[in-house]
Amino acid sequence: METLEIAGKALEVDEDGHLKNMTDWNEDIAKEIAKAEGIEELTNRHWAVINFMRKEFQEKGDAPSIRRLTKESGVPTKELYSLFPKGPAKKSAKIAGLPKPKGCI
Amino acid sequence: MKKLVILGAGTAGTMMLNKLSNILDKDEWHITIVDQHEKHYYQPGFLFIPFNIYNCKDVIKPKRDFFPPGTDVIMSGIKKIEPKKNRVLLDNRKVLPYDYLIIATGAKIKPDETEGLKDKLWHKNVFDFYTIEGACALRDFFKHWKGGKLVLNITEMPIKCPVAPLEFVFLADSYFTEIGIRDKIDIHFVTPLPGAFTKPKASAILGDFLDKKNIKLTTEFNIARVDNDEKKIVSWDEEEIPFDVLVTIPTNMGDEVIERSDMGDELNFVPTDKHTLRSKDYENIFVIGDATDLPSSKAGSVAHFQADVLFENFLSAIENREMQEKFDGHANCFIESGFGKGILIDFNYDTEPLPGKFPLPGVGPFSLLEETKTNHYGKVMFRWVYWNLLLKGLEMPIEHQMTMAGKRAS
Ligand SMILES: Cc1cc2nc3c(=O)[nH]c(=O)nc-3n(C[C@H](O)[C@H](O)[C@H](O)COP(=O)(O)OP(=O)(O)OC[C@H]3O[C@@H](n4cnc5c(N)ncnc54)[C@H](O)[C@@H]3O)c2cc1C
Repeated sequence: METLEIAGKALEVDEDGHLKNMTDWNEDIAKEIAKAEGIEELTNRHWAVINFMRKEFQEKGDAPSIRRLTKESGVPTKELYSLFPKGPAKKSAKIAGLPKPKGCI
Repeated sequence: MKKLVILGAGTAGTMMLNKLSNILDKDEWHITIVDQHEKHYYQPGFLFIPFNIYNCKDVIKPKRDFFPPGTDVIMSGIKKIEPKKNRVLLDNRKVLPYDYLIIATGAKIKPDETEGLKDKLWHKNVFDFYTIEGACALRDFFKHWKGGKLVLNITEMPIKCPVAPLEFVFLADSYFTEIGIRDKIDIHFVTPLPGAFTKPKASAILGDFLDKKNIKLTTEFNIARVDNDEKKIVSWDEEEIPFDVLVTIPTNMGDEVIERSDMGDELNFVPTDKHTLRSKDYENIFVIGDATDLPSSKAGSVAHFQADVLFENFLSAIENREMQEKFDGHANCFIESGFGKGILIDFNYDTEPLPGKFPLPGVGPFSLLEETKTNHYGKVMFRWVYWNLLLKGLEMPIEHQMTMAGKRAS
């Protein structure tokens, strides 16, 4: 099992660097992970996506794919890619303290 | 009389029909299978058509050749499943009530999902090879092509047979070398994944093969649109890749009937228990093959392993016993690598592809994650196995549960 030091705490992460326990998560940790992913500041739009991700995960047991994100979070695909460059579904899941979405395997 | 209805007579539906007709008592059970098409396509063969290795005859047979005598076959489109009423509505206006339902409606490409993909260059400079039409159009194009930029692009995951795009570029390298114009062609493999394949170890090894074969790799490219005038693909973050010929793997989705029945996820795949293969929402519905939302590969070999599990669990379900068999995500894929060689991978939900020997530890004859001639013959044999054993639901010499024997884990 790997651990990573994030926001002053040693946290368990999986092989892809996603938090093992979503209960370890808080907003400061989110900001730290975001920085490590090259996102300097989390704006309201970022938070809208992150909160949607966490809500979906709690309801459905799986982080939403990029398709469900665009369809249901109200944030268009183009904007998702500018908020979370490269892989919005994967990156926002990581920052939200969730495992890698199933669709990304 | 109890009624079992199987929707879809492709790889998985045909296998289940054969397995269950053999065992279910004909005085107690009436089995009906429904499909819209008379022809069965050997889809793995589509890969070889552009390179003139197979022709159309090699990949098509009548579906009826694979049904047991006396099967109730209905050739019609399926309009809608009404799971709460335990019935299926067909395009020919028939209504089919059922006690148990097996959904095997597969997956198909949806080029319309991407802006500019199915536009004026479609089947002129932009081709798919996941349909017989696309594969044949591409063969005709390659016959007269003098060279330029060949770009292969995967739109988004999941796709059927996730190794097929790699095989395509390997075979292209081999084909253009043999006809003497390889030096006039740039081959470029463009994928949304972080590497050449979905699983890390295999990804690294397969990435090396791309390198060795002088095939350029671009990862994490998520296509937003095709620019038909300037012949380039553009990603959501405005990266551009020019092409002379684009070979695309469009978005793969389940059939629209799943959407019309309100039974699918955002890609029209049916939520399915990953171990029992029963629908997550309905006790008397099972789902198999590409139609499921399982995180296993969408492949014929996988459908075959699933069929063994579904068979046992179906019998348990109808006898009110607890379902014992568990699908472990087992996949076993031969990867054509060109020049008469092939690579083999074997994996499941939890264990990624590893090097070693298969199926007999230390002996083989197949080598995992290595390029050998024997592996190529495995792939060639697969077509025979598919038509003669697999579809007929006959026993194959490979267990449905993956084994670690013969594999090197570190
Ligand atoms: C290019 C390519 C290469 C491949 N290579 C390999 C390989 O090397 N090895 C391997 O194991 N697998 C390979 N595959 C994958 C393999 O072909 C599929 O995984 C397999 O065929 C899935 O079987 P299925 O029964 O789930 O779906 P299918 O075989 O596609 O069958 C679905 C059936 O349902 C019917 N249907 C769907 N909707 C309706 C409707 N509304 N009304 C009526 N009928 C309907 C269709 O007509 C079809 O007959 C490859 C696939 C492609 C495209």
